[in-house]
Amino acid sequence: MTRVRVPWLFLATVAALFVPALGSRFYTFVATDVVIFALFAVSLNLLIGYTGLVSFGHAAYFGAGAYATGILMKKLAVPFVLAWPAAGVVAGLMALVAGFFCVRLTKIYFAMLTLAFAQIVWAICFKWNDVTGGEQGMPEIPYPELGWMSALPILGDWRASDHFYVLTVLLVAACLWLLRRLVGSPFGRILTTIRENPERAEFIGVNVRLYELIVFVIAGAFAGLAGGLFGIFNRGVFPDFAYWTKSSEVLIMAILGGIGHFWGPAVGALVLLVLNQQITSYTQYWPFILGSILIVLLFGFPGGIVGALAGAATRLRKARGA
Amino acid sequence: MRKAFDGFQAVAGVSLRVARGQIAAIIGPNGAGKTTFFNLITGHLKPDAGAVLLDGIDITALPPHEISRRGMGRSFQRVNIFPKLTVFENIQAAFISHRGRGLDFFRPVGQLYRAETDALLRSLGLADRRDEVSGFLSHGGQKQLELGLALASEPQLLLLDEPTAGMSATETRETMQLIERITRERGLTLLFTEHDMEVVFSIAEKIAVLHQGRLIADGAPSVVRADPEVRRVYLGEAR
Repeated sequence: MTRVRVPWLFLATVAALFVPALGSRFYTFVATDVVIFALFAVSLNLLIGYTGLVSFGHAAYFGAGAYATGILMKKLAVPFVLAWPAAGVVAGLMALVAGFFCVRLTKIYFAMLTLAFAQIVWAICFKWNDVTGGEQGMPEIPYPELGWMSALPILGDWRASDHFYVLTVLLVAACLWLLRRLVGSPFGRILTTIRENPERAEFIGVNVRLYELIVFVIAGAFAGLAGGLFGIFNRGVFPDFAYWTKSSEVLIMAILGGIGHFWGPAVGALVLLVLNQQITSYTQYWPFILGSILIVLLFGFPGGIVGALAGAATRLRKARGA
Repeated sequence: MRKAFDGFQAVAGVSLRVARGQIAAIIGPNGAGKTTFFNLITGHLKPDAGAVLLDGIDITALPPHEISRRGMGRSFQRVNIFPKLTVFENIQAAFISHRGRGLDFFRPVGQLYRAETDALLRSLGLADRRDEVSGFLSHGGQKQLELGLALASEPQLLLLDEPTAGMSATETRETMQLIERITRERGLTLLFTEHDMEVVFSIAEKIAVLHQGRLIADGAPSVVRADPEVRRVYLGEAR
């Protein structure tokens, strides 16, 4: 009765690498956006889906990572191999500070405090002109040095934005692989006990606050890594990366795709961004349509897109088995 | 120990000593302060005055997870498990936590402590329910699983708050036999609260009677049964 394990990450990575071969600048643009937000949304789901902590301020760490990489690469000419990991470190440290306070609260109070910290981060980005460029942001973040890709077969004909896309796909795939290992580890199992019943978790010997703080830092660090890539992709870093609307956007992706499944938020990022691109070209009422989709989903498919698909697959297997 | 809520003395100066290896029960009518007293011992509530000593060490100020690590396992009056995890995953998580493997971020969790978990499930009579989602177990099954969660942390002292609450007469008898067997096999100290007098007098070696937040009797079952005060406030009401 062993179920075939589908190597989703491998398949998705291979498929994603073919996108630039379609030859459309626009497709590569949308695909880069999707891949980066997939990592951002999956990092958020460590908190929501696995630990039961709803963060309304996850964009703070995304923004912090974007500024870290952007400032290092543009102002200090630090190479990408150092500037990108720095995004994870800076965002992780900020999550450590904010998390130290947040995990002392529960439920809605936790959510409000994450939002409060995110607004502080946004305000700093907005006002600290000398370092962040303030309201104007920081345009013209350079691409990493990817000239070596031109020497490779096939890739040689692609544009610089395609090269950066290939790099993004590979880095995000590595991050997702790490996160997949994390949620399937003993640590991940303990997180689910906290989600299910924090009081009981304490009484099997789990230091709930410590675990919450650790996962908050990990989630923040990976959000920061996503942000680091996004600043380069976007050719500039702006305060609204850390604004609360960004936090709600990634929250919607996670819920749309399904928080009960590891890949749910990634699928949510794909669906939301592609729909956004497609529908805004027909109508200006995108928020109206998004709202309607969410209402249908929340009532009809509370497990999100992946939850609904997984449920259907299980029913199909049962029907065949019977 | 003392504990008051908004001026109401839930536990009004109770002192209790349980010897190693003893099976002790706390009884008393509803509202006598049994659960409050229990929560003081297990660190869920902090006493207004008094202290909890485990093996002579003061554990009063410790958080529950620390108390759990020092060898105290507990169950709750209302079923308190991890409902969306399977039976196996529930117990496995308790082993992971107790043995300090929770900060392992990378190894696949699947087979970890499989032998220990399966052995414990067998001794609880839950082996054939192993892969069921625990929230779908019968009430009795969930209570047994909860006992398993307490046992997986390999405690020396087991505290069970109404382990048979909501069970039928048959389930109650079976559960108490299970608890007694496991307590004896593992040489545990057991302290439990219970409202079913038959259960209490059949297995307890020591009985403490609470009434309106005070300890009115404390001793061997025969002594407690003969105590006129107990007969008046408690047994008299029940019979």
